[in-house]
Amino acid sequence: MAVKDIFQAVLEFDEAKVSELTRKELDAGTNIQSILNDGLINAMDEVGKQFSEGVLFVPEMLMAAQAMKAGLGVLKPHLADTDNKPKGTIIIGTVKGDLHDIGKNLVGMMMEGAGFNVVDLGVDVDTEKFVQAAKDNDAQIVALSALLTTTMPAMEATVASLKESGSGVKTMIGGAPVTEAFATKIGSDGYSDDAPGAVELARKLVAA
Amino acid sequence: MIIIGELINASRKAIGAAIEGKDAEAIKKVARDQFEAGANFIDVNAGIFVGEEPAYLKWLVETVQEEVDAPCAIDSPDPKAIEAGLAVHKGTPMINSISLEKERYDKLLPILAGTDLRVIALCMSDEGMPETVEDRLKIADKLVNGLIQKNVKVENIFVDPLVQPISVNNTFGVEFLDSVEEIMKRFPGIHTACGLSNISYGLPARKFMNQAFMVMAIAKGLDGAIMNPLDQKMMANIIAAEALAGKDKFCMSYLKAFRAKKFEV
Repeated sequence: MAVKDIFQAVLEFDEAKVSELTRKELDAGTNIQSILNDGLINAMDEVGKQFSEGVLFVPEMLMAAQAMKAGLGVLKPHLADTDNKPKGTIIIGTVKGDLHDIGKNLVGMMMEGAGFNVVDLGVDVDTEKFVQAAKDNDAQIVALSALLTTTMPAMEATVASLKESGSGVKTMIGGAPVTEAFATKIGSDGYSDDAPGAVELARKLVAA
Repeated sequence: MIIIGELINASRKAIGAAIEGKDAEAIKKVARDQFEAGANFIDVNAGIFVGEEPAYLKWLVETVQEEVDAPCAIDSPDPKAIEAGLAVHKGTPMINSISLEKERYDKLLPILAGTDLRVIALCMSDEGMPETVEDRLKIADKLVNGLIQKNVKVENIFVDPLVQPISVNNTFGVEFLDSVEEIMKRFPGIHTACGLSNISYGLPARKFMNQAFMVMAIAKGLDGAIMNPLDQKMMANIIAAEALAGKDKFCMSYLKAFRAKKFEV
């Protein structure tokens, strides 16, 4: 059960060990999907769960993501040979007028850790840019961050424009002042108060 | 240490409800508690009420000043809201805050020009959040010079170097601390002030990290804080750190605090 060892190495935040074990499994002919899903992605789910429970903290989540990424880097050249598809494409960014990026980066990182293709538009992003990126990337979800009460209206405007665009793209929102009630009010498809919750929500939205 | 009491902020649930319900007694109590605990300015923020902010800020300033003889820190990026608060304010308030973000800078500068208003100058620009000493000094330079050219006195400026969480990058603490030192050195007579608690975002046992960080920042010259003055342990740490930083002649403030039982926390 060496895939289990990869899982364990991610939970030990051991970048070198994750790379080494992933390479070994590849050489041994282990199913690539299994290495990815049962090893790397499952491990990040466990990290997310422990983070939400208050057992692990932000620096540990960052280290785990780095370790996972190292393994993913080893797998990547071989993934093209399989019928592996990303779990979906997510556009992420902080809305117009807002420069906060830390929460948005954590969410993006956990989304990548869950196997999503993530397109990060950065901070202070115009509504039009979100709409265009959703179209260009054929995205399933646009995830919006706002950390200021003064930029929450920009979130509302962006959600409205994305709906009007008719692309059928789903929206999800988050950030310190943002609430579930606000998400409902502005017609967003979902809200999460932490990064692992955002991953769970994204899976639901893509499956729906 | 110049303490800006941060508790009257509409994004705190009880305060938001008190503002909406025009519960003057609730607001007055929080103002009085902070004043008695040592706040030099009472911050007032009605930011969650889009459209109503000017009216609510005016009411907050009036309500606070009916209760305590202290200036407010008018906490808004919106010139209309700030002016509504200023119109009824007695004495000289602080504006929280100007930054180098173009829209905010252009709108707030005329309000500050040639006045004796105190102002927090936040090290943030349209290029994003500063991470290094160099990033911060570049912004501080432009902000301070821009204000001085508009006849704002250097001693009325409180530069906020912007705290970033140590959990995402282990240099963020040192970069902030060195920025405080450099700003205090480069602009004689200026102040530095900030909210510190962001340093411990993403970590457990935050209050220990916040207290240690405050002490380290005081050692570098920090002389203003946007904080909860009812946090007695933090206040005790500040009093001790200021004595250690050589800012308390004959340790008189320290001894006064001892006799007032401020270390029995």
